[in-house]
This record gives sequence, C-alpha cells and structure tokens, in this order.
Amino acid sequence: MELLKLIGVLIVVIGFVLKKDTIATVVIAGVVTGLVAGMPFIEILNTLGKSFISQRTATLFVLTLPVIGISERYGLKDKAVDLIKKAKGATAGRIISLYLAVRALAAAFSLRLGGHPQFVRPLVNPMAQAAAIAKFDHVDEDTEDTIKGYSAASENFGNFFAQNCFMGASGTLLIVATLNGQGYEVNALQIAMMSIPVAVIAVLVGVVHNAFLDKKLASSVKKGEK
Amino acid sequence: MSRNVIIAEFFYCVIGLTFFLVGMKALKDKTHAKPITTAIFWFILAFTFIVGPYVPHWVTGICVLCIAALTASKRVIQSKSDVPTAEATRKSADKLGYKVFIPALSLAFVAVLAATFLPFGANNAIGISAAVALVVAFVITKAPAKSAVIDGTRLMDNVGPVGILPQLLAALGALFTAAGVGTVIAKGVSTIIPDGSKLIAVAVYCIGMALFTIIMGNGFAAFSVITVGIGIPFLIMQGADPVVVGALGLTAGYCGTLLTPMAANFNIMPAALLETKDKYVIIKSQAPVALVMLLVHIILMYILAF
Repeated sequence: MELLKLIGVLIVVIGFVLKKDTIATVVIAGVVTGLVAGMPFIEILNTLGKSFISQRTATLFVLTLPVIGISERYGLKDKAVDLIKKAKGATAGRIISLYLAVRALAAAFSLRLGGHPQFVRPLVNPMAQAAAIAKFDHVDEDTEDTIKGYSAASENFGNFFAQNCFMGASGTLLIVATLNGQGYEVNALQIAMMSIPVAVIAVLVGVVHNAFLDKKLASSVKKGEK
Repeated sequence: MSRNVIIAEFFYCVIGLTFFLVGMKALKDKTHAKPITTAIFWFILAFTFIVGPYVPHWVTGICVLCIAALTASKRVIQSKSDVPTAEATRKSADKLGYKVFIPALSLAFVAVLAATFLPFGANNAIGISAAVALVVAFVITKAPAKSAVIDGTRLMDNVGPVGILPQLLAALGALFTAAGVGTVIAKGVSTIIPDGSKLIAVAVYCIGMALFTIIMGNGFAAFSVITVGIGIPFLIMQGADPVVVGALGLTAGYCGTLLTPMAANFNIMPAALLETKDKYVIIKSQAPVALVMLLVHIILMYILAF
C-alpha cells in the first residue's frame, strides 16, 4: 500500500489542526512514516538523528538573539514608536501604510516589534481611528471595526512577507535546511536576496489597499449623511 | 574537518551553550513550577548541538524522541526573566536616540557583507555578523557584558521550544524523502499537471502551499511537505532554480496564513485584543491582499525560476 506512506502527512495535518504539541506531532509523524515504510526502528532513529544534526542550520537564528535583546533593553521599540508618531495628521489609510512600511523594514532587519499587543493596539489603531474622526467627525461601529481590521492586517503583511529578507530569519534558514537536506546547494544569502521582490511588492500592494480604505471611509460617511 | 566546518561547529557550540544557560535559568528560578524537566529539555538540546556530531546518530534520534515527550507532556515552561521596565527603555531611548537601531542594522548588513566577501560561507556569515553586531551593541549602549547572556537567554526562553520547529521540520522532510513520501504525493499530483506545463506546475505548487497552510495554520509545516512532494519533482527537477522555488514557496504559503482562522495568533487573537465586533474582521481585511499576493507569487516564480 503506497498510499499508507501518506499517513505522516495526515498526522501533521491533524496534529496542527487540533493544536496538539507541534514538536511531538512532527516527531510522531516522522516515526510513524518510517515504520509504515518498513524501515527498522534503529534505522528511523539513525535517519532522524542524522538529519536533525545536519539541519542545525535552521536554528542559527539563536546567535542573533543577544543583539536584539540588548537593543530592546536600550529602547529599540520606543524609538520605533517615536518614528510612527511622526505621522500625526495623516489620513487613517496613510498612517496604516506608514506602519506597514516600518514593520516590513523592521522584519527585514529581524527586529521583533512585538506586533499586535505592542504596536497595533496601543499605537496604530488609535492613531488611525483618531485620524478618521478628525476628518469625518464621527465613525460608526462598522467603520471602526474595518479600521481595526486594516491596522492589524498591516502588521501581518509587513511581518510575513519581509521577514525572509534577513539571512538569519528562521523561515530563511528552514528553506536552506530543507533544500540542503534534499541535496540542493542553496545558501541563506541567496534565499534572503530572492525574498526581496516579494517584500517590496507586498508593501506596495498593502499601500494601495490602504488607499482604498481612505476612499471607502469617505464614501461610507457620505452614505451615512444621506 | 575543513576550516569552515570547524567555524560552523564553534557557532553550534555557542547555540548549545545558550540552550544550556536557558536550562540553568529555569533551575535557578525558585518560583518555577517544572524546573527539572524544563532544564532537562534544554540540556538535551544543548547536548545534540555540541556533542551530536561525534556520537552515533541513533543517540541523537533518541534525544529527539525525549524532547518531543517532554513538550508533549507540557513539562517545559518559561522561567522568570529580567525584563526591562518601560521607564528604563524609554529613558535609554531618549538618551541614545535613533542610534539604538545601529546594532540591529549591522546584524543584517554585516551578514550580507560577510557572506559576499569572506570565504567562510553564508551560514557562518550569520554567526560572524552576530559577533560583530554584539560588539557594536556594547559600544553604543555601553551595556555590561552580562547583558549578552541575560537578554539572549531571555529571548530564547521567550521563543521557547517552538524555536526548534524549523529544524525538526527540515529533518521531517528528510525522513519523508527516505521513506518515499514525496514519490507518492508526486504520483498523485502528476495526474493534474500536464506533461511539461511549467506554468501549471508553478500554480499547483504555490496554491498547494497556500491551501496546506490554510488547513494547518502553519506555513513552515506546509513547506516541508509540499516542497518534497510537489516543488522538487515538478519544478526543481524540471530545471527550476531551487533558490527561487524555495524563497517564493514559503511566502506563497504565508498568503494562506493570512486567510485562515487556524493561524489564530495572527488573525483571531489580535481581533480579541482590539475588541472588534466581528472576530473575522482581520481575515476579511487581509483577503484581497492575500489573493493578489498569491497571484504575484505564481507570476514571479514562473518568470524567475526558468
């Protein structure tokens, strides 16, 4: 039964969907796949151990943590807040776009801005809401929700699509380790450089998206006046 | 061992030492609920990083089973860290100004420069940049030397056991290949990809990454399965550049992350944090961008990979 070999994939899917412990899910999927494929247990342990050692590349990001930690202690996030606060007086969409650009740059340099709890809730969303109120006097609950959605989304866009531009990012290293494990010689510099186009395009697409938000706000307020 | 391997092993020892210190931190934490098992988890990891290459591979295999057993039984938890106060970071930010960005910026720039101009390889360049940036950080912040340990272990503990996930997933990919899983997926997928259609193969790979990520909520896990099953047989073995396939493959998966409530910590928890009426409002705002970006990935990969 060839199809039985897919049981490992199934275990990974079920484990992640049911939010089981990720590490155990992955290890169990590997061991079961090996057993189903008829590998002797000692052979499974050998393969698992050997690939775990050769894939240590994927964990190199740990080396960058002291620098990031010290920078945080000495006010990195506070200065990022200062930078974004300069956007006072802009429209809601533009404030969100500025945060998107800052977030993408930060991700590309592996700065952990801490995302939704540390920036979106206390800073980006209130600034965007205030900008909308300043311009339209009043925003209804649905509009408020929409602005919240866009604010939170910009955090994800910037974070996801730009993070692999950093050579020491865990995503970049996962790509390198996976391909090396399959016999393809690629390195972190190549992957980081090849991740730049998507990062740039994602910021542009996000900025256009946010410009539409400003239009949407203007038209929904007009509708409300009628 | 070649020179570059020796340097790489040195950096892996530094990582091992970091794990060891995170374990020690748990042991020293008097308020910790599970100090012993937490410490054992980190000590085993440290062992695999430092000693792993010199012992039979099945020993490391057993170590991996042990760490999985420890995390599965929820015996690994964070210990207390010396977290800087808001007042302290604000005060220092006002004093240092935008200079505080320099250490992190040099981390990225030195890595690129070292990978390009030094003969030690791209992986070692990451370690070299970390060392240089640490010196820059000490010069700019005048932090005491112990900060490197305090803040390094603080962040590592913050990341927690999940930090090892990319490495485990890459190892899972290797095991899948050894067991022939990729071949089975490839056989199934070959029925929907007409012979030689590169565009359709690219589309199937990118959409497959996004769909699998939507189901699992995790792009990393999707990457190891879909790349082994689709990316390698239908793209790389047909002449696509592995750098392009790998780099764009993972971010194609992230388009799926933007669309799924499974990625709760990105899409659902923040909605609760922002006290939205509609808990799916973030996913709704993200959907148009996610779909445009998925299309961008397919076009970019088709143009750049062949």
